[in-house]
Amino acid sequence: MLEMRNETYLNVGIALLLLAVPLGAWVMDESYYITVASRVAILALAGVGLNLALGFGGMVSFGHAAFFGLGGYAAGVLSHHAFEGSVFLNWPVTIDGSDATLTLWFAAILLSGAVAAIIGMISLRTSGVYFIMITLAFAQMIYYLAISLPTYNGEDGLPLYLRSSLPGLDMSDDLTFFFVCYALLLLAIFLSVRIVGSRFGAALECARQNETRLSAIGIAPYPVKLTAFVFSAMITGLAGALFVELNGFVSPSILSWHLSGEIMIFVILGGVGRFYGPIVGAALFIVLETVIGGYTERWQLFLGIILLGVVLFARGGVIGLLAGKARHD
Amino acid sequence: MSAAFIFEQLLNSLQLGVMLFVMAAGLTLVFGVMGLINLAHGSLYMVGAFFCAWVAGETGSFWVGLGAGLVAAAAAGAVIEMLVMRRLYDRDHLDQVLATFSLILIFNEGTRWVFGAQPLYLDIPAGLATSVPLPGGGGYPLYRLVIIGFGIATAVGLYLLISRTRLGMQIRAGESDREMIGALGVDINTLYTLVFAIGAMLAGLAGALVGALQSVEVGMGEPVLILAFVVIVIGGIGSIKGALIGAILVGLVDTLGRAFLHKLFALALPPAEANGYGAAMASMAIYLLMAIVLAWRPKGLFPVNA
Amino acid sequence: MKRKLLALALAASVSMPALAQAENVKIGMITTLSGGGSSLGIDIRDGFALAVKQGGGKLGGQDVEVMIEDDARKPDKAKQIADKFIKRDKVDILTGIVWSNLALAVVPSAVKGGTFYISPNAGPSQLAGKLCNENYFNVAWQNDNLHEAMGAHVSSQGMKNAYILAPNYPAGKDALTGFKRFYKGELAGETFTKLGQKDYAAELAAIREAKPDSVFFFLPGGMGIAFMKQYAQSGIDAPVFGPAFSFDQGILKAVGDAALGVKNSSQWNKDIDNAANKAFVADFQSEYGRLPSLYASQGYDAARLIASALEKAGGVGDADAFRAALKAAEFDSVRGAFKFGSNNHPIQDIYVREVIKEGDVLTNKIVGVGLKDHADAYASQCSM
Repeated sequence: MLEMRNETYLNVGIALLLLAVPLGAWVMDESYYITVASRVAILALAGVGLNLALGFGGMVSFGHAAFFGLGGYAAGVLSHHAFEGSVFLNWPVTIDGSDATLTLWFAAILLSGAVAAIIGMISLRTSGVYFIMITLAFAQMIYYLAISLPTYNGEDGLPLYLRSSLPGLDMSDDLTFFFVCYALLLLAIFLSVRIVGSRFGAALECARQNETRLSAIGIAPYPVKLTAFVFSAMITGLAGALFVELNGFVSPSILSWHLSGEIMIFVILGGVGRFYGPIVGAALFIVLETVIGGYTERWQLFLGIILLGVVLFARGGVIGLLAGKARHD
Repeated sequence: MSAAFIFEQLLNSLQLGVMLFVMAAGLTLVFGVMGLINLAHGSLYMVGAFFCAWVAGETGSFWVGLGAGLVAAAAAGAVIEMLVMRRLYDRDHLDQVLATFSLILIFNEGTRWVFGAQPLYLDIPAGLATSVPLPGGGGYPLYRLVIIGFGIATAVGLYLLISRTRLGMQIRAGESDREMIGALGVDINTLYTLVFAIGAMLAGLAGALVGALQSVEVGMGEPVLILAFVVIVIGGIGSIKGALIGAILVGLVDTLGRAFLHKLFALALPPAEANGYGAAMASMAIYLLMAIVLAWRPKGLFPVNA
Repeated sequence: MKRKLLALALAASVSMPALAQAENVKIGMITTLSGGGSSLGIDIRDGFALAVKQGGGKLGGQDVEVMIEDDARKPDKAKQIADKFIKRDKVDILTGIVWSNLALAVVPSAVKGGTFYISPNAGPSQLAGKLCNENYFNVAWQNDNLHEAMGAHVSSQGMKNAYILAPNYPAGKDALTGFKRFYKGELAGETFTKLGQKDYAAELAAIREAKPDSVFFFLPGGMGIAFMKQYAQSGIDAPVFGPAFSFDQGILKAVGDAALGVKNSSQWNKDIDNAANKAFVADFQSEYGRLPSLYASQGYDAARLIASALEKAGGVGDADAFRAALKAAEFDSVRGAFKFGSNNHPIQDIYVREVIKEGDVLTNKIVGVGLKDHADAYASQCSM
């Protein structure tokens, strides 16, 4: 009980810290750090998505960059057409480009969710290492598709010239954009908490630990896991849309398997199955990358050593280390 | 399109296939015995190629270099087994993936630190730099035939090792029941180190042989690693036989896809577009193959412990 | 070595009293220093640093502070670093990017915000055409240039049935388009390979089957090394042509004798006879202990272009004057004659080089000119 309490305090602290950094930066007129905070919030959001599948559903997806990238491309492509004044699709229905934020988000969630449903349907027939590898394979397929098809510039990617518009808000203002990302991050965490705490969440937890037991009480594990997988991809897809807006650029590199690995690192660094873990993981990763990268061009070597140390000696991630004891299983 | 062309492409498929098999065999062996998923297998491939190139450059002999590459890869394998992998055997796959992902970063930067950023020179031995006439015209590079020979020798060697030797018996025991080998009085730590080193050596062999044909540079292991994973997943993880069949299948699909798909598209599209779409499809073909196989048999073609 | 140079530049800049009118010129270099392809970024950095060192930590008499960061060849990372340089460090000039896709991620928004960008390598068609900008200058080439020169050269050699191949990504398609723009003969075949592919057995069989009289390829990095080695064994005897990238100093050693005699196109070579080039080649060798590459020459020229403009405009304080000074390009380029076209891309001679051996060392010598005073094909789309 005490430990649960500790973790709650810790979570509030984490959330407040992520809020404090950009506010401080704003006061000191250092807009760069606001962008960094937005990046942390967005990557954490991608991690929150993966955490739902990986942490709570036990589905180790090594292909979440596919959903991140698809979300990014959905938003990027629509906004590209809006800028050019061209149509995205003529047949069977006409779909125009759009620069309305909500439309872009909706498209990102829809596309990543739909693709996740197809990938999930096939992948969830497998388990264990097979699941890890088949999700990787699907992500690779989408990566090569994006790189070689000329329609949206292939590997060169698409530059976006304007931030989308959300009624009443100036999205091109760095601080406003951060607040939007931050709000979505907290909303996604809140949703995760609700999902995990619901009857559905109990079934998912049961599917993770023992599928046979779940079947024995008359619930088929497959649809439960598939639903969670699709939800997970949708959250990560939304993060992709925000990432593309932040960078003003979308390219196949956000579909690469390195990014799948990095999203996994966010989750594991923070602590698998911890609601606020991805924030800690993403923040730590970006700070490490930036700080070490400022000192030496061999930053990847030191990053690798630190990550290895965390896996070997800090089970349960940073939150596990601070709040004590791995979670109950 | 001549019969010789098709025959040559089939040989190419076989050559790619056996090379993937050498790479995948180590991966699947380690998984079968220790239950470990090792993303750093591609790094051992790189270690083999770099040491082969370095020693071949110093001594002037490819074969001495090849020996050095094998020893270096096996040694690197033994060291990371003792320092890192050993702590991962009873962890879940997630920890294994992350730990070995970190090892990739360490190996890539470490190799660049030691050998520099520029690609190294490694060419095939002078005696093998000719081609052998093919029936129906054209020639086939002798070195590629030698690679096929190495691949077949590896397959036979592994078969004999596992079915005929004491070590093989222990490996088989380890695959079916891990506690039992402890009860048999085998020093399990030594066995694991040995198996891992054998896997690493196979990766090093593939790296050195292919390095001479392609290029020796930092990061060369990752694309091959992903292909090797596709192979063992198709074949059934842990099954050497599956790795062999999977490797040949992947070799066929990849090579024939590159050779013929754009011609297929050209029947319906203008040539420039057909080339583009053909190339795009060819690069996705093996992943498609994998998805189809797994949709049909979720544990691969030759499931282990099914 | 680089640390030392950098420290030198920094020390020189720090030790100067910060007078109001003598503020440091801040230059942010984003380039690839780790992973595959890092040798290109390292050469650009070293070439640039050499020019700063020759000036005693100054460029064009102005104190400069050069900040260098590794983009790991990732567009998002390059974009982040650019953000940091612009927003936090308030740099005046950005430079360094090796790859087109990274340049496209960084350059359009940076130059729109008023930062200068001097490209030492990547020259994607978009930035030469529709997306051209008064603050963007390319001191190397537009991406198509070297391929165009090879197309002209292959035709001039009487070749009428070329087989051409490149990876299936935008730069690869641009390469083949550029080649075809100046090549007059027929095509025996045209193939797009997978990006990063290292085994060309299937493609070589197709080339043999097509019986071309020449082969042109653009396969940068390890892809080209692999292709050349396998081509040499394949027994196909059609001569090979390509842009400098697969035959440049940094990579030749890895290709080995398979490259001997191959004609390749480049705007620079170490044997170009002018004082600036001689000083560059000699100083580079004594500083770093290796022969300079094409990329090093481009990094060096980028720094010297900046130096000439800083000197002429007396710093970056007056952006319009600095811009005009850049555009005038009054510096002694190591490649000889150099000027900017209307879209701020070079108008220059593109040479044909041949790979030769000097003692044990593979290197290039110039054997002809592919295209004289060559400008790019996109200038008309640029509204400047």
